[in-house]
Amino acid sequence: MSVVTNTTTIGAIDAPSRRNTELALVVFAVAISVFAYANVGLALNGELPSGMLGYGIGLALLGGVAHLAVRKFAPYSDPLLLPLATLLNGLGLALIWRLDQSERFQALDTFVPAASKQLLFSAVGVGLLVVVLVALKDHRLLQRYTYISMVVALFLLILPMFFPAVNGAKIWIKIPGVGTIQPGEFAKIIITVFFAGYLMVKRDALALASRRFMGMYLPRGRDLGPILMVWAFSILILVFETDLGSSLLFFGMFVVMLYVATERTSWIVFGLVMSAAGAVGVASFEPHVQDRVEAWLDPFAGWDKVAASEQMAKSLMAFGSGGTLGTGLGQGNSDLIGFAANSDFILATVGEELGLAGMMAVLLIYGLIVERGVRTALAARDPFGKLLAVGLSGSFAIQVFVVAGGVMGLIPLTGMTMPFLAAGGSSVIANWALIGILIRISDTARRPAPAPAPSPDAEMTQVVRP
Amino acid sequence: MNKPLRRIAIFCGVLVLALLIRDNWLQYVRADELNSHKHNRRVQIERYAHERGNIIVDGNPVTGSVETTGSDFKYKRVWKNGPMWAPVTGYSSQAFDASQLESLEDGILTGNDDQLFFDRTLSMFTGEKKTGGNIVTTLNGAAQKAAFEGLGNKKGAVAAIDPRTGAILALASTPSYDPSVFAGNTLKDSDARQKLLKDKDKPMLNRALRETYPPGSTFKVVTAAAALENGLYDDIDAKTDSPLPWTLPQTSVPLKNEGNIPCENASLREALRWSCNTVFGKMSDDLGNEKMIEQTEKFGFNKEIFTPVRADASIYPKDNRPQNAMAGIGQASNRTTPLQMAMVASAIANDGKLMQPYMVAERQAPNLDVIYTHEKEQLGQPLSGENAQKVQQMMETVVNSGTGTNARIDGVTVGGKTGTAQHGLNNSEKPYAWFISYAKTDSGSPVAVAVVVEDGNANRDDISGGGLAAPIARNVMKAVVDSQ
Repeated sequence: MSVVTNTTTIGAIDAPSRRNTELALVVFAVAISVFAYANVGLALNGELPSGMLGYGIGLALLGGVAHLAVRKFAPYSDPLLLPLATLLNGLGLALIWRLDQSERFQALDTFVPAASKQLLFSAVGVGLLVVVLVALKDHRLLQRYTYISMVVALFLLILPMFFPAVNGAKIWIKIPGVGTIQPGEFAKIIITVFFAGYLMVKRDALALASRRFMGMYLPRGRDLGPILMVWAFSILILVFETDLGSSLLFFGMFVVMLYVATERTSWIVFGLVMSAAGAVGVASFEPHVQDRVEAWLDPFAGWDKVAASEQMAKSLMAFGSGGTLGTGLGQGNSDLIGFAANSDFILATVGEELGLAGMMAVLLIYGLIVERGVRTALAARDPFGKLLAVGLSGSFAIQVFVVAGGVMGLIPLTGMTMPFLAAGGSSVIANWALIGILIRISDTARRPAPAPAPSPDAEMTQVVRP
Repeated sequence: MNKPLRRIAIFCGVLVLALLIRDNWLQYVRADELNSHKHNRRVQIERYAHERGNIIVDGNPVTGSVETTGSDFKYKRVWKNGPMWAPVTGYSSQAFDASQLESLEDGILTGNDDQLFFDRTLSMFTGEKKTGGNIVTTLNGAAQKAAFEGLGNKKGAVAAIDPRTGAILALASTPSYDPSVFAGNTLKDSDARQKLLKDKDKPMLNRALRETYPPGSTFKVVTAAAALENGLYDDIDAKTDSPLPWTLPQTSVPLKNEGNIPCENASLREALRWSCNTVFGKMSDDLGNEKMIEQTEKFGFNKEIFTPVRADASIYPKDNRPQNAMAGIGQASNRTTPLQMAMVASAIANDGKLMQPYMVAERQAPNLDVIYTHEKEQLGQPLSGENAQKVQQMMETVVNSGTGTNARIDGVTVGGKTGTAQHGLNNSEKPYAWFISYAKTDSGSPVAVAVVVEDGNANRDDISGGGLAAPIARNVMKAVVDSQ
């Protein structure tokens, strides 16, 4: 927090804004991504790729525009969030471009290069970030839209039910001329706004006006009821759309925000019990889920039999063959995984081509984004800001854990995208918006308190001037 | 709200930590296991991703690599004179894995072996193109050519060893196949392989190492060695206790000789010279099954031999008296590989010392540094030097004035033994023609050889071993002696 003193003799000292630090880091992030391109090109064709300049300039523009917007509209915001997101986005572009070069993919009828589209989506995402920074002068404005958020989020969640399933999950909507959209990615942010707004108002009631039941404090139905209903409704929708990753994400985010709002540990216990019950319940009637649990338990058992299992095993083999230092960008065979290699399984490419070292770096970058988000929540002065920031960064953390844990076989694969890295428009756009909101909250949190008005008494106590 | 926030921060940290630990476990602890998993296609891709190292004979590669397109596999294996060298190299196919040396030495040939780690790391920094290491074999090109061409279009096999070291000099098997025809992964390769697999002549069978034959009369040298070693007889020119006719023990079946040859109480030397069944049959019976097994196992019977390519175990089984007597002349349930009979001849030629047969002389790193050199290794001493020399004298008599005159080489001492192994129900099928021999010069014996020809002469009364197999053996020995 700022070093503002409240004495009247010495004026308020501005907290350093750290904008130049941010600029340097953005330049660094762009440079690393451009090097990644050069690396892929040299490894695959022995020459610098022709598109390198285009992608480099594109990425530099994105980082630059975002930085200028931050400098202008959120000058006190956290200096790490933007460079880290830029780095992941740039790295993701290089990885997607690398997978576009795969001869195995190019031999497929369904092959469409994804890198140029991804750059376009990234631009839209950064545009959205700028819009957030410009339009949202203060994050507390969002409080006003608590219930509208609820309606919009539920609408977005229900929407894909009317569209056909893709690869077993009904999470896409198809708009002719535009392409497919995953509304869940946006619903994630909007429902956080609802949770934060609702919990901020009701948190005292939830925490204090509760009845003791079996050693735990349970809130009154009229306080918890509405939020529980909305939450249960969204989980149900997601379960019926077989979007398990997202339902896990919504659930975790809900528990985290409830815990932060009420400060009651019993919610964690309560949440874990419910999630266990829910997981067992879903796994027992959903064959799609059963396949994935089996693939998780023994990925090699279903070789040649179950597609999910084979895909999982191929992912593990990609990680295994990367080893400690990796094969080098462009020199692995992660495209053996097949159709989801550039979306759900993009981490396998990181694992194979950048190795354990690269994977740890990438995971730490994600960890750093999350911790900067939680730091923002700590620094925020208003409960709404705290809840919103922790909700957004918590959901980000859970998403990273669910996806990375899934492709590494730590937990059953549920099918979500790695934020910023994976090919997919909705994901990259929504996550840029998420970063935008976090930047906005951190700007408010770190902004120095206005200097107090000069005190008329000050003159009186002044001592002799030389 | 800050206390729960701090806890959430820790919780998020724990999530990332869990991922980091899992990643370390996957990419560090389990990396090798996953990387060499049988379903991991990278293993095949890697095998053909670089120019494969070569298998070298007489300083020249007998293999090569050509670049291909249209699949994951960049390079394809090719062989120079594939049919001749296939029994040595084995095959290495993009679609059908590899066999023999190509498979056993895959690590060196692909350049992925741990022994090459330093070399690989170095070339990573110098930016050299990755290639495989070489396998330098012990084979002698001229001997191999003599063996392969000698067999010609007949079915059979030749194994030749340097008795002094155990180095394998020739390893031929006919009919053979060209591994190049299915080295790729196209439909054509697959068809070519299917055709080879369906061929009733089994061209892909390595007869020198993987087929066991009844050894026929060549086995009499083993029986003779057993008799000398066990003190049944001592002087090879003294009369033996061998009545004629002689009836197989416990039966009323007389054991016959081939034609009217002087076998009654014949000395060891004469009995071997004329290949007397009665003498050696009785000798085996006198020694008994146990002692015969003991002697054969000293020569390497009853267990697999690794050269490093695996050779089937030659068999001398536990058996009843009449069978054991027949086994003494190589006509019962005892069976041997050509390599095993070459080992028998080489142990005798090397004054009783049996050397471990091997065919990899050196392994070379891609930069031609030698990273492994074979040290000759004695496998055992099946017979004493004195007894070995006695058997040598007997075998030399066979070549000089007995059934093996076709193997004579001017200016070189040659010892040998013919064999005509009958087989099939009631000996209905054409016999196998055998010949085992060694050549000797001033510097000891440079070569011992075993030849088997499956489709013997139609005229069964001819001494087929001497007629069909001995000239091949002669040419192989001559090729080795000439190249010394």
